Amino acid sequence: MKKLVGLIAVLAFAVAFVPVQQTPATQAQEKVTLTIESWRNDDLVIWQDVLIPAFNAHYPDIEVIFAPTAPAEYNAALDAKLQGGTAGDLITCRPFDKSLELFNKGHLAPLNDLPGMEHFGPVARSAWITDDGSTVFCVPMASVIHGFLYNVKIFEELGLSEPATEEEFLALLQKIKDESDYAPLVMGTHDQWEAATMGFQNIGPNYWKGEEGRLGLINGTIGYNEDGFLEAFRALARWKDYLPEGYQALTYPDAQNLFAVLEEGAIYPAGSWDIGYFQQLNPDLQMGAFKPPVPAGAEKCYISDHVDIAIGLNAASPNKEAALKFLEWVTTQEFAQLYSNALPGFYSLSDHEITVDNPVAQEFLSWRNECESTIRSSYQILSRGEPNNEQDLWLYSAEVLNGTISPEEAANKVQEGLAAWYEPQKNRSK
Amino acid sequence: MKLATQFRDGRRFPLHIIVFLAPAVIVYTMFMIYPLVDSLRLSLYTSDDRGNETFVGLDNYHKLVTDPLWEPRLKGAIINNIKFFAIHMLVQNPLGLLLASLLSSPYIRGRTIYRTLIFTPTVLSVVLIGFIWSMILSPLWGISGDFFTAIGLEQYAKKPWLGLESTALTTLSLVSVWQWVGIPMMLFLAALISIPDELIEAARVDGATGWGVFWRVKFPLILPTVGIVSILTFVGNFNAFDLIYTTQKVNAGPNFSTDILGTFFYRTFFGQQLQPGNPTMGATIAGVMFLIILTGVLLYMFGWQRRITQVEL
Repeated sequence: MKKLVGLIAVLAFAVAFVPVQQTPATQAQEKVTLTIESWRNDDLVIWQDVLIPAFNAHYPDIEVIFAPTAPAEYNAALDAKLQGGTAGDLITCRPFDKSLELFNKGHLAPLNDLPGMEHFGPVARSAWITDDGSTVFCVPMASVIHGFLYNVKIFEELGLSEPATEEEFLALLQKIKDESDYAPLVMGTHDQWEAATMGFQNIGPNYWKGEEGRLGLINGTIGYNEDGFLEAFRALARWKDYLPEGYQALTYPDAQNLFAVLEEGAIYPAGSWDIGYFQQLNPDLQMGAFKPPVPAGAEKCYISDHVDIAIGLNAASPNKEAALKFLEWVTTQEFAQLYSNALPGFYSLSDHEITVDNPVAQEFLSWRNECESTIRSSYQILSRGEPNNEQDLWLYSAEVLNGTISPEEAANKVQEGLAAWYEPQKNRSK
Repeated sequence: MKLATQFRDGRRFPLHIIVFLAPAVIVYTMFMIYPLVDSLRLSLYTSDDRGNETFVGLDNYHKLVTDPLWEPRLKGAIINNIKFFAIHMLVQNPLGLLLASLLSSPYIRGRTIYRTLIFTPTVLSVVLIGFIWSMILSPLWGISGDFFTAIGLEQYAKKPWLGLESTALTTLSLVSVWQWVGIPMMLFLAALISIPDELIEAARVDGATGWGVFWRVKFPLILPTVGIVSILTFVGNFNAFDLIYTTQKVNAGPNFSTDILGTFFYRTFFGQQLQPGNPTMGATIAGVMFLIILTGVLLYMFGWQRRITQVEL
């Protein structure tokens, strides 16, 4: 109990003091200060050096402060700040239910009338819209694409080439394992989410046919323990032998370092957001990329092009006018171009033509033309109940890779969890 | 006014008592008692999407112990917490006693240095401890691998201690023991030092061995400290959270094998990733923690402290 109280006290102090430092009382008429809440603390420099100056070129009188929180603490910290009335003017929006909840509680302002919103199509808007599709409350910023990164030097050294099918992929991993000391596939299961996000959701769309499977789950026409979804778990289980030694205790940063800094691993199941970070970590790293290998007999390929990040207006902001100007700027081609290039691996969701200079990031982007896009299966609607579907996927994907349960058991467990509360799935579960 | 400050027999009521007590009473009430009571109140409510609270009586507690979703997690957390506590009782406290009796011996040189070194981890941040130990134990670059290789146990060199269900909780308990062993050591040391030399010398004259002196003279005299150390360990362990949170993250993996009441509470109260926080169920878990700790403390007070004979030395 003591610690609990201590925790609350610390939180209260944090909430009370942080904004005081960030927004000095610049209430002067001509100079307005906007504060952006975000979980992207990796992007601090890019906001300060690229994006905010570009915005100030148009609006010199609006000062913008980018004030990120650690990703894991963001949701809780933001809730506390919003309730205490100390949150920033602009709120970086998580996709789907988290932001919908904020909108329903009246913390986010509706943005239907924002000039420039017409540049975002229904898929882009889908993550930040009310269930009836009537109100948008965040300006979509970017999506992330899943695929595989590989170390070009290691591929050259061993004479390997990019695999296109699952069979080639597994043969490649076996070859790396047999012929070298490199870890064939760099991923750990300690933090759990990589197993689901970089594993299951990365290769899965090829098995469950992208949107067809994902919408099937929502409509109740397919379950996690059937066809494509079950196959995806089975495919994931085949990775087990190729992960680095001691992968059960390997964290996400460990895996990043192993691949990008130490260069001791050949292939890294990636989210496109890793590209920029890896190049920062090790500018000499030569990376290549290939899209998720397709199973035998597949005619089409599918990629996870996941809507990830948007920005909205704090309904209680005292500087609404300035904040709306900023949001309008976020809808422009200039922002799309700057953002997609400043953060290689984050792709603008607007319909503006953009070019990405980074070749690896461009490679990921090019898959949009070759394959069909889908988003992660658990994000829309399915993670509203308890047990949380995303949570279950983390846990059981990690367990499959740890070898403590079979892919069939994992599929059944995930399905059971979903069917426990989700009406359309109730009759499917055995 | 005059009446209120005077007892019937004419003595003045010592106003300064109130003045001296006030700061502690006010601060303690505001920051400890009020949040505690309010947290217990919250556990009797449920809230909807918009944050409106409705009174539901003991429904949350009922749900926590019967619902097929909550019950296994609660049971798992309690069992893990008991294991966590047991390892502290079996390793940390005997080790603390051993170190204290070694350090109280006048024949050991550099006692203050050892004492300081062993005590140092207790003043370090748990986050730091967690980080350092995850580095030491990392199968990739941890020095624990070199250590095991050096002593000829190669099979343990690359073992993912924090990644296996079978080892993670024990490993973390031992890390926690490593950090906190200084506290029982200090308490035992203080108790051992306060034993008058005459008693020990008398026992020696009567022909008692070192072993005999310890178990028949010293140990009975420090028994009250044994009780205090046990109850401190109990309260500390059932409130523990930070070490597990820093090393295993909020999901207390693998497969909840390191999930204790503190992490279970945090995950429920604040939510995680796509799971929104559930403050009322969180408060219910906090209520259960409070009950467990209260029971333990009451047992200690009535079952131990009142029965034990305090010896004035």
